[in-house]
Amino acid sequence: MIKTVDLHKSFDTKDGKLHVLKGVNEHIAKGEVVSIIGPSGGGKSTFLRCLNLLEIPDSGQIFFEGTEITDKNIDINIHRQKMGMVFQHFNVFPHLSVLNNITLAPVMTGKKSQAEAIEMAESLLARIGLLEKKDEYPRKLSGGQKQRLAIVRALAMEPDVMLFDEPTSALDPEMVGEVLDVIKGLVKTGMTCVIVTHEMGFCREVSNRILFMDGGIIAEAGKPDEIMLHPQNPRTKDFLSKVLY
Amino acid sequence: MTYFKNIWKIITQYGDVFFITGVSNTLLLAVITVGFGVIIGLALYFARKSRFSVLRGIGTSVVGVIRGTPMLLQLYVGYFLVPKMLPFFNPTPFISVAIALCINSGCYVSEIFRSGIQAVDPGQTEAARSLGLTSRQTMQKIVLPQAIKNILPALGNEFIMIVKDTSLASTFFIGEVMTSYAIVKGQTYLTFECLTIVAIIYFVLTFILTKVLGLFERRLQAND
Ligand SMILES: Nc1ncnc2c1ncn2[C@@H]1O[C@H](COP(=O)(O)OP(=O)(O)OP(=O)(O)O)[C@@H](O)[C@H]1O
Ligand SMILES: [Mg+2]
Repeated sequence: MIKTVDLHKSFDTKDGKLHVLKGVNEHIAKGEVVSIIGPSGGGKSTFLRCLNLLEIPDSGQIFFEGTEITDKNIDINIHRQKMGMVFQHFNVFPHLSVLNNITLAPVMTGKKSQAEAIEMAESLLARIGLLEKKDEYPRKLSGGQKQRLAIVRALAMEPDVMLFDEPTSALDPEMVGEVLDVIKGLVKTGMTCVIVTHEMGFCREVSNRILFMDGGIIAEAGKPDEIMLHPQNPRTKDFLSKVLY
Repeated sequence: MTYFKNIWKIITQYGDVFFITGVSNTLLLAVITVGFGVIIGLALYFARKSRFSVLRGIGTSVVGVIRGTPMLLQLYVGYFLVPKMLPFFNPTPFISVAIALCINSGCYVSEIFRSGIQAVDPGQTEAARSLGLTSRQTMQKIVLPQAIKNILPALGNEFIMIVKDTSLASTFFIGEVMTSYAIVKGQTYLTFECLTIVAIIYFVLTFILTKVLGLFERRLQAND
């Protein structure tokens, strides 16, 4: 479903060029749930954000459902509609009601009529238990509720893949569970997911595969139990010993 | 005591010069300036972030020159240059000076637009783009509605500043409050009394405007 070939990305910083991705080759299959773990600054977010071209890679290719989206001549907006993204800081739209947060994109992109979009939004809100909040504004929601809203806002575009960048890192501990539950529910429906996370228990439970990113490359990849119980790469071992206590 | 008597005498005798001609011209000038300032400001804003380097260059240099030179100098340039550039139009001094004021204000307004838009969390744009909205849709539906809450109060402040800045235009005798002062002082020789009246007028005008703006700002915040 998503294939990357030799992705490189650097950022210009005041101390010169920072080479963040140093040749990432990865293939995520349809229906797969892939978690990305690794130390801070290893390039996890940058890699994820390259997948829907929020960051433009310097070189390398990205194929999504057979189309090379790094090709300058394609209309990336069409492809982004098929790739939902959930951010660490929710990024819900504060000036729109809960309902309009969800209906905006399907209506603006011409995917759905207003009536169809509202119907779908209401059923999505019911699914996450926020239906009675549909006319509220996001400032009235808790962090966990905002993040659940952000997830269904992405789902309203009926994407083929969902990208999560540390969806629970900005949450108070008591709200982490409710967001993880929504993601678990989503995984059960067979949605292809790529999840950057520091929640080790969660990623071991839901993932088909775990990628360990460090120093701009995928340093190790494998089944959850292989990575968690028998890591091969010393850097993976070191990282896990720090986070698993 | 004669001071207060004199003030009263001026008010009864020359009230219309100060309160009708002066105030209405000052407000008219301020409204025109901010009105066209917004249009010029928008044009400059888009010029400065245009794809075309020529437009960007023009926008940046206009803003740089206007912000880097005194307003009074710009008014002089407007006063002398506009009639030369638009002879068929035969502009009055009021119009020439107003044009200079508008261009000056436009530069400051374009800065207001820029910082108001920049203050919107980039995460908002990323979320909208990740849903497949185009950059234009994102601007219209996500960024501008949020930026407007930063922009409108700043425009209100700009309006209040302009009300005071129009006093510079009195150099060209175009009928605003400071011109009224010059006229009445010329006839009565009561300098301090006239200055007092002018000070009170400006203070009351800006005081009322500030209050109105505060009310409006609270309304804006309320439906956030
Ligand atoms: N837009 C940017 N401009 C400059 N530097 C950036 C930018 N985005 C990321 N970086 C730098 O690139 C490096 C990798 O960042 P990235 O966010 O991909 O790491 P990460 O693995 O997601 O880390 P974390 O676990 O802290 O989120 C970091 O050193 C970061 O400071
Ligand atoms: Mg990150």
